[in-house]
Amino acid sequence: MTVLTHLQRLEAESIHILREVVSETERPVMLYSVGKDSAVMLHLARKAFYPAPPPFPLLHVDTTWKFQAMYELRTRMAKESGMELLVYQNPEAKARGINPFDHGALHTDMWKTEGLKQALDLYGFDAAFGGARRDEEKSRAKERIFSFRSMNHRWDPKNQRPELWRLYNARKAKGESIRVFPISNWTELDIWQYIHLENIPIVPLYFSAPRPTVTRDGLLLMVDDARFPLRAGEVPVERSIRFRTLGCYPLTGAIESTATTLPEVIQEMLLTTTSERQGRAIDHDQTASMEKKKQEGYF
Amino acid sequence: MNDTTSGSSYKAHDLIAENIDAYLEQHQHKSLLRFITCGSVDDGKSTLIGRLLYDSKMIFEDQLAALEADSKRVGTQGQQIDFALLVDGLAAEREQGITIDVAYRFFATDRRKFIVADTPGHEQYTRNMVTGASTADLAVILIDARKGVLTQTRRHSYLAQLIGIRNLVLAVNKMDLVGYDEQRYKAIVADYRAFADSIGIAAFTAMPISGFMGDNITTPSSNMPWYTGPALLPHLENVALDVTAAQDQPFRLPVQWVSRPNLDFRGFAGLVSSGRIRPGDAVRVLPSGKVSTVTRVVTLDGDLEEAVAGQSITLTLADEVDCSRGDVLAAADNPPQVADQFEATLVWMSDEPLVPGRSYWLKLGTQNVSAQIQTPKYQINVNTLEHLAAKTLDLNAIGVVTVTTDKPLVFEPYAASHDLGGFILIDKFSNGTVAAGMLHFALRRSQNVHWQALDITREAHAAQKQQQPRVLWFTGLSGAGKSTIANLVEKKLHALGKHTFLLDGDNVRHGLNKDLGFTDADRIENIRRVGEVAKLMTDAGLIVLTAFISPFRAERDMVRAMLPAGEFIEIHIDTALAEAERRDVKGLYKKARAGELKNFTGIDSPYEAPEQPEIRIDTGAMLAEDAAEEIVRALLL
Repeated sequence: MTVLTHLQRLEAESIHILREVVSETERPVMLYSVGKDSAVMLHLARKAFYPAPPPFPLLHVDTTWKFQAMYELRTRMAKESGMELLVYQNPEAKARGINPFDHGALHTDMWKTEGLKQALDLYGFDAAFGGARRDEEKSRAKERIFSFRSMNHRWDPKNQRPELWRLYNARKAKGESIRVFPISNWTELDIWQYIHLENIPIVPLYFSAPRPTVTRDGLLLMVDDARFPLRAGEVPVERSIRFRTLGCYPLTGAIESTATTLPEVIQEMLLTTTSERQGRAIDHDQTASMEKKKQEGYF
Repeated sequence: MNDTTSGSSYKAHDLIAENIDAYLEQHQHKSLLRFITCGSVDDGKSTLIGRLLYDSKMIFEDQLAALEADSKRVGTQGQQIDFALLVDGLAAEREQGITIDVAYRFFATDRRKFIVADTPGHEQYTRNMVTGASTADLAVILIDARKGVLTQTRRHSYLAQLIGIRNLVLAVNKMDLVGYDEQRYKAIVADYRAFADSIGIAAFTAMPISGFMGDNITTPSSNMPWYTGPALLPHLENVALDVTAAQDQPFRLPVQWVSRPNLDFRGFAGLVSSGRIRPGDAVRVLPSGKVSTVTRVVTLDGDLEEAVAGQSITLTLADEVDCSRGDVLAAADNPPQVADQFEATLVWMSDEPLVPGRSYWLKLGTQNVSAQIQTPKYQINVNTLEHLAAKTLDLNAIGVVTVTTDKPLVFEPYAASHDLGGFILIDKFSNGTVAAGMLHFALRRSQNVHWQALDITREAHAAQKQQQPRVLWFTGLSGAGKSTIANLVEKKLHALGKHTFLLDGDNVRHGLNKDLGFTDADRIENIRRVGEVAKLMTDAGLIVLTAFISPFRAERDMVRAMLPAGEFIEIHIDTALAEAERRDVKGLYKKARAGELKNFTGIDSPYEAPEQPEIRIDTGAMLAEDAAEEIVRALLL
C-alpha cells in the first residue's frame, strides 16, 4: 500500500487540471507573474506534458515596475522550459506614464486589470491559467478552479458553475473565457515545501540580503532602480530584507529578515504572526476589495 | 472555556523554532483529509470551522485584528469574536449573515493536512452541499443540541450517503447552551441512530461539542467528563482514509491527453482512478477492446517502477493501438463495462428544469457524449425520503432516471468508482452545468457486451473492395419512389464494379423487424435496427442503400451519428403528398383515408422533411432514371 502524501495528491490534482484545459479549450495561455506561485505552476505544467514542452505560451502582463531580478528569472525560465514568452504592456498606460508613485490604484487598474484584458483579447486566448490559491484571501476561497468569465471578463460570484468530483466544465460561447487556477488547493506552506523538495528556481529576492530600502507609509520598500523618487531628506538605508510576495517594487513591502535558505524562509513564515498578503498595498483599500477587483476582471 | 493554548501542540512551534529540517520532514509526510461540514442555518458550521482554524493557530495577527473589528461591526456575538466571519467570504454573505456558496479552508496539524468545504444549510442550496461533498473523504453533520434532529439533518445525511461519504461524524453542537447535559446528548444520538439505520448508514461517530466555547474541539472537555470518546480534531487526525482502498481495485486510467512530442514517442496521460500499474502489465483499451502491454511509466523525474491510484502519469504501450482522449486503459483481464443506457440518480442544479428527451452534453471522466434523459421514474423527497411521481426535475430536486447516450460509455457503478460512475450534464445552449449524476447500472442489452477487437479492420475490408463505404439513406413519403430510385442506383453502382446491398423497408419487415408495428415507438426501433445493420455492412466495406419512409428527423440523425463523418448520405425523395396519394401504387393511401390503416405517414402521422439532405430529388421535375443518374454522379464514386 502506497500512501500518497498531501503534496503528491495536490501535485496529481494540479497536473490533471492542466491536462483538462489543454484537452478542452482552443487557445490556453499561462499567466506568468514570475513569483513563487507562478514558479510552482510552471513546474507542474512541465511535469504534466513531459516529455513534450507545455503546449501553450507564457504571458507576462508587465507593468514595467517589476523588480529587475524578476525580469532576469523570467527570461531564464522561458528559455529552460522551451515555451514561448509573450510580454504585454498596456500601451495606454505606457503613453500616459502611469506609475505607482503618482497614480495609486489607477496603476494596478490600468497596467494589470486592463492590461490583462487587452492581452487576452489581442491573442484570443479562451483559457488563462493563474497561480491564485484559495488560502490567500476570503473571496478566493469561494472561487471555482475553472472560473468562468463573461465576454467583458467579468466574474459573477453568485452564479458560479458547480464543480463536482474531478469533472470540470470548460464549455463556453465564443468570446467568453475561463480563468483556471491549478494550485487552488495549495497553501503557502505547500508552495514553499514543494519548491524546496523539487529544487524549483525562484527569484533571489525571496531570500534575505542587504538591499537599499526606505520606509514609507508603513511599508518597507526597496529602491530597485533610479526611477524611485526619493522624498526630501529620504536616504536609502541598507537593510537585510527579503520579500514574501513579489509584485511591482514600489508597492511591495519587504520584511527585515536573516533567512537566506529555503528552510529558514519557511521557518520564518511559520513563526510569523501576519498573513502573506499583508505586504500588499492593493488589498487594504476596503473590506471586500479583492472581490470587487476580481468582479472587474483582476486575476 | 477550554484552554485553547492546547492548540499550540498542533502547530509544533518548538520544533519549527529548534529544528526546521525535522519539522519539514514531518510535514512532508502528512496525509490529506478532505471533509465537509453540514448542518442547518445557525447550527454553527462557520463558527466551528473558524474555531478549528483559530485553535490550530492558522489565524494571523492581521487577520485577527480585522476579525475583531468586523465582529464589532457586523458580528452576531456582541463583543465576542464571531468566528463565522473568518469563513463567510463574499460581501453579499456578510450582509445576509449566511453562507451562500461552497468555501474551501485549509489547516494542518502535526499529523494531517486538512481541506474543509464549508457548505450551506439553506434549503435551496442542496446543490452546494452535493458539490462540496463530492470531493470529501468525511462529513461532519452538525446538530444544534437545543433543537435535535431536524428535517435538514436528515437531508444532509441522506445527501452525504448518496454521494458516497463513508466517514460520518455527528457533532452535537452548542452543548454549552443545554448545560452540557448528558441525557440530552444521548437522546439526540439515539434519535439519529434510528434515522441512520433507516437509510442504510452503517456507522457514524457521535460527539458532544461547542464550537463557540471550544469544548471537545482539540482536547477532551472538562465540562463533559461523562464523554470518553475522542475530541473532534484528534478524530479527524486518526480516521482511516478511503483513498488507499482504491489501490486494491482493478487498474483504470481514463485517458486525458495523448502526448506526441515526436514520431518516436506516443504517451497516454491521465490520473489513475484505481489500481496500480507497472511496466509489463497487460492493459485493454476501452471501448475498442484492443490489448497491449505497458512499456514505461514516464515522468519528468524519470520512469517509475509502479504508479498507483491518485497519481497523474503518462504511460507508453508496446503496440501501435488506437487510443485517444475519452478511452479508458484498464486491467486486461478485468475491464469495466461499456453501455449506452443506464439507470442513474440525478441532482438537478439549474434554475431551468430538466426537459425530458432533450439532448444534453454528458461528461464522465474524460468522456464527452450526447445524452437524453427520459421522464424521471420518480423524484425523492429529501426530507421524508418518499418516492414521488415527477414529470421533470427542478433546481435542487433529486430523481432516478434513465439516461441514453449517443455513444457507448466506459463506466462503473458509482458505488464502485466515483471517477467512472459520477457525471455532470451540461446544457448545450447555455453551457452551464445543470446536473450531477451517479450511474447505478446499465439497462438492457448493452450490459456486459464487450467489443471484440478484430484484426481485419473496416479499413481493410473497404480497401480490398477499393471503395469508400457509404450509407445512401433514401427517405420520403410512401409512394414517393424511394425503392424504385434506390433500385436503379444500385444497378448503376453494381455495373461500375461497386459492392453494394439494398435494404428495403418492406423486405426488412418480413424478417428482422416482423415483430414491429407502426406506432411511433416501433417506427423508431425499426429505424434503429436498420441503422445498426447498415453500420455492420459498412464495417464490411459495403455501400448500403436503404429505402425507408423514416419520417422522424431525430432517428435519421441517430443513424448519422452511428457512422463516421461523411459516410451517411441522406437522400430526400421529395414528392408532394397529393402526388404520392394520386399515384398510390400499393393502395395504402386509400386504406388510410378509409381509416383501415392507423398511423400512416402524411395522413395521421407526421413526416419531418430533412433540413439539409446531402441530396434532394424533386420527383415532380425529374424521371426516376435521371434521378438515379444524378445520385451516382453526386457520389463521385
